[in-house]
Amino acid sequence: MLNEDNALPLSPQEPAVRGSYGRVAPAPTHFLVPGGDTRRRLLGGLLGGSATLFGAASFAQQKTERQVNPPPSTGLPRWSQALGQPVNTTYGTPSEYEKNIVRRQSPGLTTTNQSSIAFAPLQNLFGIITPSGLHFERDHSGRPDVDPDQHRLLIHGLVREAKIFTMADILRYPSVSRIHFIECGANTGMEWANVAVPTVQYSHGMLSCSEYTGVLLSTLLDEVGYDSKKSRYVLAEGADAASLTRSIPIEVALNDVMVVYGQNGEMLRPENGYPLRLLVPGVQGVSSVKWLRRLKVGDAAFETREETRHYTDLMPDGISRQYTWVQEAKSVITSPSGGQKLLDHGYYEITGLAWSGRGAVKRVDVSTDGGRNWKTASLQAPILSKALTRFRMDWRWGGDSALLQSRVIDSTGYVQPLIKQLRAVRGARSIYHNNAIQTWQVDPLGNVSNVQLS
Amino acid sequence: MSNFPNFKLHGSGLALLFLMLLADPALAASDRPPSLGLGSPASRSQIARWDIDVRPDGIGLPVGHGSVEEGQLVYDEKCAACHGTFGESGDYAQLAGGVGSLHSAQPVRTVGSVLSHATTLWDYINRAMPFPNSKSLTPHEVYAVTAYVLSLNDIVPPGTVLNERSLPGIAMPNQSGFTTHHGFMAIRGEPDVKNSACMKNCTTSTTIISRLPADFTAKNYGNISQEFRSLNRDTLRAETPIPSMPTTPESGPKLALINGCTACHQTEQKIVGPSFKDIAQKYRQSPDALKNLTQKIRAGGAGNWGETPMPPQTKPSALDLDILVRWILASPSHS
Repeated sequence: MLNEDNALPLSPQEPAVRGSYGRVAPAPTHFLVPGGDTRRRLLGGLLGGSATLFGAASFAQQKTERQVNPPPSTGLPRWSQALGQPVNTTYGTPSEYEKNIVRRQSPGLTTTNQSSIAFAPLQNLFGIITPSGLHFERDHSGRPDVDPDQHRLLIHGLVREAKIFTMADILRYPSVSRIHFIECGANTGMEWANVAVPTVQYSHGMLSCSEYTGVLLSTLLDEVGYDSKKSRYVLAEGADAASLTRSIPIEVALNDVMVVYGQNGEMLRPENGYPLRLLVPGVQGVSSVKWLRRLKVGDAAFETREETRHYTDLMPDGISRQYTWVQEAKSVITSPSGGQKLLDHGYYEITGLAWSGRGAVKRVDVSTDGGRNWKTASLQAPILSKALTRFRMDWRWGGDSALLQSRVIDSTGYVQPLIKQLRAVRGARSIYHNNAIQTWQVDPLGNVSNVQLS
Repeated sequence: MSNFPNFKLHGSGLALLFLMLLADPALAASDRPPSLGLGSPASRSQIARWDIDVRPDGIGLPVGHGSVEEGQLVYDEKCAACHGTFGESGDYAQLAGGVGSLHSAQPVRTVGSVLSHATTLWDYINRAMPFPNSKSLTPHEVYAVTAYVLSLNDIVPPGTVLNERSLPGIAMPNQSGFTTHHGFMAIRGEPDVKNSACMKNCTTSTTIISRLPADFTAKNYGNISQEFRSLNRDTLRAETPIPSMPTTPESGPKLALINGCTACHQTEQKIVGPSFKDIAQKYRQSPDALKNLTQKIRAGGAGNWGETPMPPQTKPSALDLDILVRWILASPSHS
């Protein structure tokens, strides 16, 4: 039998309100009928004594304003009777009910939509793999539509024999598949001086994680016979209009850098570098050059625009740190997180993501009182080097104001810092590498918002 | 690289065996040769076409020259719309001014205030500018625009002509403004901030010092609640009309497919149910064909065409059903 909410059958022990399952739901405007429509129905009878159990008039009020489904005439939803659609032979897309789960730009952040950023909706994602269609996108001169048959990779410079590879050539090399995160060096960069954005999508959404398949760069460097004595840096260059270039130290290039064509089981998406990109694990995303067309082995760094004007960390004395590659350990609670609303008191799962450019996540601690007391969260396997790791902690919310934080410790023993510790060393204008502990405030009404503590 | 351990050979027989092992890939420890021999050798001219990077030491700069005055002509035509007549526009990358501002509360990042080498400017203009049509400038124009932008920053005086020999020697205001003395260059680099992993009664401030102004989110981001997965909007969804198929003539067959009609009905032949053609012939005899067939599809039933019942079809919208019925009744014309 279906309850009046047209939802799951409820057992007598459970309060007859859907939100009581501890689901994190958005702000009440979602289920308020605009303008106090007459369709609004009181749930007094349905609620029974449960509203008073919460002991908060505001909650009871919120629940009376929830909209309730009229019971379908047959007692069954229409999809339980009508023949469904034929099997899908096109590229599958998410349910239409998921259509608001998309990448988004942060208003006012960039002047053009081509040199811009689309943030991944971390608040809506599960596990550690970012669906390819939700992977964050950062382009410098727009997203090119590269024909793989015409695409070439040139490797030259300090090599025995400069070579041009077609995609067919690249695909014949022994492949590796590895799960790694990509995080833009400027992720959380808007929050250096103060709170600037409302949700985790904008505060941490220049972060994604995929299973990548490709060829180890060391394999290709061996193929062209790189000069092991003179080589210091490899310049990577994109085939897009920006032809973005970054210098990769040769020891990094020979370690775990990949020339990637596969992402989550299929070819790269255009916005992630189709048909070929570099992947520099653990290093700020700009080094993982998309639409990779050229690798040049050299005896010095190349001092490109993206290594001087941008992607350098301005320090309080006016000096900029150059070649700040490593993404230090960082974590963030993705639920409950800014912009969400806790509908009821009771059980919630606090969950989020932790990662480190220096290795694997060793431990994540969670605080609900602004960092005074911490409990160690459970980590979901797999726990991989330079990959996102999902953490979880049980929490019972009784209606008091709470300050939620997570703190990662990575395999080097490094402990994720406070924003005030970072500011004390780096000031507030360095844009890049803000890996501070994030605080989400839960107010007594259940509203979750982005705050910074002194 | 060989997969064989490094050992000393004794006697020619062993040496011969060793050579045979090397020669026969089937006997090797790995099937992977040191080189796959894939890829085509790149000729000098092929490399030259792509080898566009320019280093601070000038390596990579092509032969050419351009003056501040020539640069102004190109700049005014192709650059000023975004960067401002004097490189002052901050909407796009601001090009001029800001020298000495990097240690202030409001650092202004420009060519003059940030770049440590003029070659970087040349390289970037050459590869990525003008924004809507990159790599369209000749080397001559790139030297000229570079000279002009440097003059906007008072780094070179009017009348200056830059070429591949003079450009690397330009002294930039921020040439000593960068450091690599930090922990971010290597995995084992020393972090500059150390937090403790205190677990109980940690001394930390819980005073909130920053949050968004009350109306900020709604004003700038709109209804942020739309950006969350909501499983509480059943009623609103149910009241949202299901998008109809476009009412083009060819949408009949598509509607028949997606609504599952074709599981039991075909155009010409009876399968589980009667063919569309037969249905059309039967219903067309009535002046109320449209209404009758519509009702029949909605309600379902059995007996007209045999014992196999047709289930009620509640799925198609009224509009879709109308298109479907009209298409079925027009049956002979599309058989």
